[in-house]
Amino acid sequence: MACIEARGLRKAFGTTIALDGVNLRVEEGRILGLIGPNGAGKTTALNAILGLTPYQGELNVLGRDPWAERDQLMRDVCFIADVAVLPRWARVSQALDYVAGVHPRFDRAKAEGFLAKTTVRLASKVRELSKGMVTQLHLALVMAIDAKLLVLDEPTLGLDILYRKQFYDSLLNDYFDRSRTIVVTTHQVEEIQHVLTDLMFINRGRIVFDCRMEELESRYLEVMVHPEQVAAARALRPMHERQVFGRSILLFDRVDRQQLAPLGDVRTPSIADLFVAVIGNQSGQAQGAAR
Amino acid sequence: MNTQSNAIPDSTLESQGIAPAVLSATRPMYWSVRRELWEYRSIYIAPLAGAALFLFGFLISTIHLPDKMRAALALNPVEQRKFIEQPYTFAALLIMATAFIVGVFYCLDALHGERRDRSILFWKSLPVSDLTTVLSKASIPLVVLPLVTFAITVVTQWIMLLLSTAVLLGSGVSVATLWTQLPLFQMSLMLLYHLVAIHALWYAPIYGWLLLVSGWARRAAFLWAALPLLTIGVVEKIAFNTSHFAAMLEYRMSGGAEGVAFPPGSMSMDPLTHLTPGQFLISPGLWIGLAVAAAFLAAAVRLRRHQGPI
Repeated sequence: MACIEARGLRKAFGTTIALDGVNLRVEEGRILGLIGPNGAGKTTALNAILGLTPYQGELNVLGRDPWAERDQLMRDVCFIADVAVLPRWARVSQALDYVAGVHPRFDRAKAEGFLAKTTVRLASKVRELSKGMVTQLHLALVMAIDAKLLVLDEPTLGLDILYRKQFYDSLLNDYFDRSRTIVVTTHQVEEIQHVLTDLMFINRGRIVFDCRMEELESRYLEVMVHPEQVAAARALRPMHERQVFGRSILLFDRVDRQQLAPLGDVRTPSIADLFVAVIGNQSGQAQGAAR
Repeated sequence: MNTQSNAIPDSTLESQGIAPAVLSATRPMYWSVRRELWEYRSIYIAPLAGAALFLFGFLISTIHLPDKMRAALALNPVEQRKFIEQPYTFAALLIMATAFIVGVFYCLDALHGERRDRSILFWKSLPVSDLTTVLSKASIPLVVLPLVTFAITVVTQWIMLLLSTAVLLGSGVSVATLWTQLPLFQMSLMLLYHLVAIHALWYAPIYGWLLLVSGWARRAAFLWAALPLLTIGVVEKIAFNTSHFAAMLEYRMSGGAEGVAFPPGSMSMDPLTHLTPGQFLISPGLWIGLAVAAAFLAAAVRLRRHQGPI
């Protein structure tokens, strides 16, 4: 069963089109990375999925219409937004009390167990916690909820590298169990490369790239081409070319590894390289069209 | 083997599905109201502080209490009663006024603060409907504050009575007049009626309006709540040289005429004879007000559904 299914999802703010006919399908048990430049429509797409904003088009999350049934949906969906949203006046224990009070699937003992491993104390007020500790608290709350879908919008924004690493480690080790689905957006793509099972790029309100990670590894290859082989390599129609230290690095889609090996050093591209290639090409085309 | 392992999670899911259905009605409401009390502690601290301040002043005034009581013994029963009741009425008025002001400022911040500090995103990530949230916030001025006011006032009045008794006993003045002439039980009943009739039901559209503005305004909720009303009044005056709108507001703010006809000072004698709940309950002003309040709250629910952080 699809966890999230969207067809022709549109949303405009005045004359600005945030979502321009998004089609996407996320299966149960996947970890999807939704990557896009600033203002590409990531947060709007997530808000639509979470029932925080009305939209045009078809959207189905866990069998429900998010805008019509947000409160019902939130029994099975958790999310952490891109900014610290825990109420600053609350004590940690009050946050636990409240979630335990209103959420039928919250396991308070589990949340306290997570917090025991951190420096967050139950008597502290949220305003007294550092940004990293607030994120730990939020993660503890969310991980103690037996949800089917977890949405993370830039969850590690502004955290130092230790907290960021710890965040994804706990998510994978203590939370993800193949029956849950996670959707995550971030700019720090290299950190989630090994976490994801699926990858999507969004640009100007459209999904411009949609690929499974295993497919990505077999499909895309990056070659640091020997200078004398550049012309031969270009003949194979790379999707993107860039220069590093005077050497050309060409990115190929569906070109046989055997064919590329003689041209230079072949490797799997990073998500960041692929992102630059896909989005960069798009803006290039747009500029070309404008001219 | 396979069918067995599939059957177990299914049955637990079903049993879980029943429990939330029962939970859904009252628990989110209960916890949402508690949440408001955690966030806005002034709901009970401000009336308590008012009561404490009043008791402090009253304590100082008891220095002259024996002399005053001796003088009061010479008055006729009506004046005696009026004299004895006076500080108790003042205590109730002070605590009620404090609670009203707290209610006004609470309402103006209730749906604004959560958008300002972005915590609305957290609240909306939990399975609590916008209707439940808005109703829990409306219940603070409509239910919680009247109850808090009632409890604090009654306790304050009893402390005053016990203090007076102690002082009078210490100075050898008879306490019989004080205890026989002070209708404390009747006053409490009357206070409760006044709180329910006026502060909860009659003022409901005021609180509804404030909550609506709080959910709508991006900043300066207080100005948005007050200025349009002022503008309408002024425009009406200029355009038609009438002041129906201002009169309507004044009628609402002053507590209306129906059912609670006790001009200040006439509370004494037999207060219960002044209460006319029947007349109050059939007055159109009450029902129009409640309908308007319901409309404001419905609009506030709709707004909250659409709005995110500011």
